[in-house]
Amino acid sequence: MDNYLTLPGWVLAVFQSCLYIALAPLLVGWVRKVKARLQNRRGAPLFQAYRDLYKLLAKEARVAHTASPLFRAAPYIVFTATWMAAATVPLLVVDLPTAAIADIIVLVGLLALARVFLALAGMDVGTAFGGMGASREMLIGALAEPAMLMAVFTLAMTAHSTNLSSVIDYHLVDGFVLRPSYLFALGGLILVAVAESGRIPIDNPTTHLELTMIHEAMLLEYSGRHLALMEWSAQIKLLLYGTLIANVFFPWGIGRGFGAAALGLGLAAVLAKLAALGAVLAVGETVLAKMRLFRAPEFLNLALLLSLLGLLSHVILEVGA
Amino acid sequence: MSGAVTMQQALALAGLAVVLALASTLVSLLAKRVPATLRLAATPLLGLAGLAALAAGLIALALGGTVQTTLPLGLPWLPWHVRLDALAGFFLLLIGVVTCAVGLYAPAYVRGFEHGHDSLTALGGFSGLFLTGMLMVVLADDAFLFMVAWELMSLSSYFLVAYHHEHSANRRAAFLYLLMAHVGGLMILLGYGVLAAFGTGFSFSELRAAELPPIWAGVAFALAFMGFGMKAGLVPLHAWLPEAHPVAPSHISALMSGVMLKVAVYGFIRFVFDLIGQFPWQWGVVVLIIGCLSALFGVLAALLQTDLKRLLAYSSVENLGIIFIGLGLSLVFLSTGYRSLGALAFVAALYHCLNHALFKGLLFLGAGAILHSTHERDLDQMGGLLRRKPWTGLFFLVGVLSISALPPFNGFVSEWLTFQAALQAWQLQSGVLRSLIPIASAVLALTGALVAVTFVKVYGVAFLGQARSRHVRRARPGPWGMQAGQGFLALLCLLLGVFPTWVIGLIDAVPRAILGGGLPQAGAYGWLWLTPVSPQTASYSGPLIVLMLAGIGLTVFWGLNYLWSRGAPVRWIRRGDAWDCGFAPPSPRMQYTATAFAQPIRRVFGLLFQIDETMTRQEDGTLRHRLHIGDRFWGLLYLPIARAVESAARRVVLLQSGSVRVYLGWTLATLVGLLWIIT
Repeated sequence: MDNYLTLPGWVLAVFQSCLYIALAPLLVGWVRKVKARLQNRRGAPLFQAYRDLYKLLAKEARVAHTASPLFRAAPYIVFTATWMAAATVPLLVVDLPTAAIADIIVLVGLLALARVFLALAGMDVGTAFGGMGASREMLIGALAEPAMLMAVFTLAMTAHSTNLSSVIDYHLVDGFVLRPSYLFALGGLILVAVAESGRIPIDNPTTHLELTMIHEAMLLEYSGRHLALMEWSAQIKLLLYGTLIANVFFPWGIGRGFGAAALGLGLAAVLAKLAALGAVLAVGETVLAKMRLFRAPEFLNLALLLSLLGLLSHVILEVGA
Repeated sequence: MSGAVTMQQALALAGLAVVLALASTLVSLLAKRVPATLRLAATPLLGLAGLAALAAGLIALALGGTVQTTLPLGLPWLPWHVRLDALAGFFLLLIGVVTCAVGLYAPAYVRGFEHGHDSLTALGGFSGLFLTGMLMVVLADDAFLFMVAWELMSLSSYFLVAYHHEHSANRRAAFLYLLMAHVGGLMILLGYGVLAAFGTGFSFSELRAAELPPIWAGVAFALAFMGFGMKAGLVPLHAWLPEAHPVAPSHISALMSGVMLKVAVYGFIRFVFDLIGQFPWQWGVVVLIIGCLSALFGVLAALLQTDLKRLLAYSSVENLGIIFIGLGLSLVFLSTGYRSLGALAFVAALYHCLNHALFKGLLFLGAGAILHSTHERDLDQMGGLLRRKPWTGLFFLVGVLSISALPPFNGFVSEWLTFQAALQAWQLQSGVLRSLIPIASAVLALTGALVAVTFVKVYGVAFLGQARSRHVRRARPGPWGMQAGQGFLALLCLLLGVFPTWVIGLIDAVPRAILGGGLPQAGAYGWLWLTPVSPQTASYSGPLIVLMLAGIGLTVFWGLNYLWSRGAPVRWIRRGDAWDCGFAPPSPRMQYTATAFAQPIRRVFGLLFQIDETMTRQEDGTLRHRLHIGDRFWGLLYLPIARAVESAARRVVLLQSGSVRVYLGWTLATLVGLLWIIT
């Protein structure tokens, strides 16, 4: 832990955290662009997501008469918690102090904090859609969270540490071994990532059709900068899951020192990996249709099963051997 | 002040707490003549007793020593032994904290009873006895005093459960409670009997020295686990809990759920970890499985409830399950020789005990505040209470976040510690254990996520949105005393989440005293960093998390609201009506209710419950929806036993002839039979 808590480490940690909020809209723009291309459209420019955020930030916020103070506080809490969760995932280099402050379990906890406030904000105004969205979001969260924990526990048990930096470090030092447990955990985590970031086939980020909305239903009453923060947090969450998959399961290229070369290589590597993952997501969203809500538990049970299988195959096959 | 405090003084403080609790009982006798006695004397005395217990517990934990004495009470050949050690100190602290909050809260709360026709003497008197019983259970150092205090606790709480006895449902709940408390008490008594049979006497030091053959140790463990588990509300022996806890007055519910269940945990720890001392790993597996069952069943049952206090009671089943998961892990690790991992799981369980006492106490007090101002327990009638009762709303939110195990609150820390202990399962030799513990941690993860659903439902339906009934719309903020009691617990919930290293430093005295070794590295990097196993394995910094959350949140808020808004062309926030989809304006009846909120979960996990849902069209053409959610364990376990007892009673009734001579004959025959057996 000593090597984490240095001044360059803190500076880099702040830089990396800022990079998260800066890059998040780009990933969404990229996914939209690839999706549009796959559908034979030209699509919006790559930087459209930034323009949308800017537009929302400049607009006035409208708040319902029936809203309580929680409604106005929620966007800030959701944004902060999501951002902090993201800051704990190594993006460019490992061994940053943010990884020591919060491990994988804290990461899951912070995401849960954001989800709880998102759902509460949805229920605050007292419209039918808000409650509907909150109820569905919590159902999906309740099934996705254990799957996510089991998947990351598989990694943690392998590396004998719940510290994400150490997990990646272990993987890099130990050399890559194709472990069955990792494959299961990867499968589980991909399903969780799709569900948690509200993508097809669980939720459709572009829909405003009343009966199918989940995430959007909770945001219906938001406008202006509040909506911007909420949208931005959703984008950060997508980037977080993308980075988690990219850097934990495919850790090559991530910097292990604080030099400029390591940082540059780390940035290039993570951008390439994220672009590839984004393209995969776009293809997936193009070929799949959204599921009925009550098919979602089956989808998430599969995720939980895969993650649990990963954990069990680790403790049974890999530890004793 | 000169000289350091000693364990003797701690014991004297604990004695003072007992005396104050008894004084509260005595003072309550006056309440029939002067109703204000209860408010002005009895409940403050209760709070002072809590304060004394809190101080005694803190000193005992800080010093980590042991002190014992013999009371001039009891039987001639069996005087009452009293002992204060770290374990007893921890539970004194726990009892004391919640009782303090109740002491702040109760004066305002019981004022509402002054104009009713319920006996104030009964309320105050039995509250004092209840607290005395709990304190004495923790202090007892022999099986005799333990059982006397245990029964005092059970009986006095029976009268508190039956306090509103005009409703037949409450009488039924109280009877069920009495019955199960006594079956449990009987098992504990038998458990002590087994230990005593191999020892030389009934004092704990003699029981501790008893050498038990493995089979009898197993019998003693089974009896103790069932007896204490019944009191702790573990599945499947939980049936009394959701009936009994909600019907008591709310501050008593807080004591019962927050504290009395922990006294059962204390009994289990004292009996198994301390008195028996040696255990095979199979016991750990049994405890682990029962803990998992309780946690998962408890939270699902809580999710489906719409009665707020009943929901909280089911959630206690779940939390006790989590505590027993920790204890089970500890048993497994200790029995396989991993002493420091066993201590880690043990500390996690104790931490969760304390946390649950705090947040469940807080939530019950909050439910009491709602009940006080609206006379409503049904979630589906509530709504919008945050604006009516802002302080209660804020404190309840802290309770909700804590119980949902969200950082940076206290519930998260104990769950994190439990996970850290479970993640060390790879060290175990046995493949069975290595694969069982991850499954247990999966159950724990699922439980934690479902708790969040449950309490988002509670908070969203009760405190947010709009009021669903007229009396809720007119709710008042409530007296300051009630808010102070909740605020005290809410503050502790936050502090215990932010500064876990200090709390663990205190708790660590318990495993060092009971298990012979604590956590070696919990604070290896100072108070800022919690590193339970080793700094390389896991670290968590509560203070930094809070600092960053608050810092970033406020910066973003300030940046957007003040920096960014300079020169903005439009007004910055405008109030308007909620979006109505272009139809009629939204009415409170259009909101999602608690039942509706839980409907997806009901559909996914419905098989575990007996769900009776009907839609009927009434004569005037409207639809009527009826939903009844039953506990499957009633049909599986309780009703068969009840039927068996009834049919046995019907056979025995043949003896009841009504003739005195026949009865005398039976008595004589029994006497002769017994004499023949003992000679």
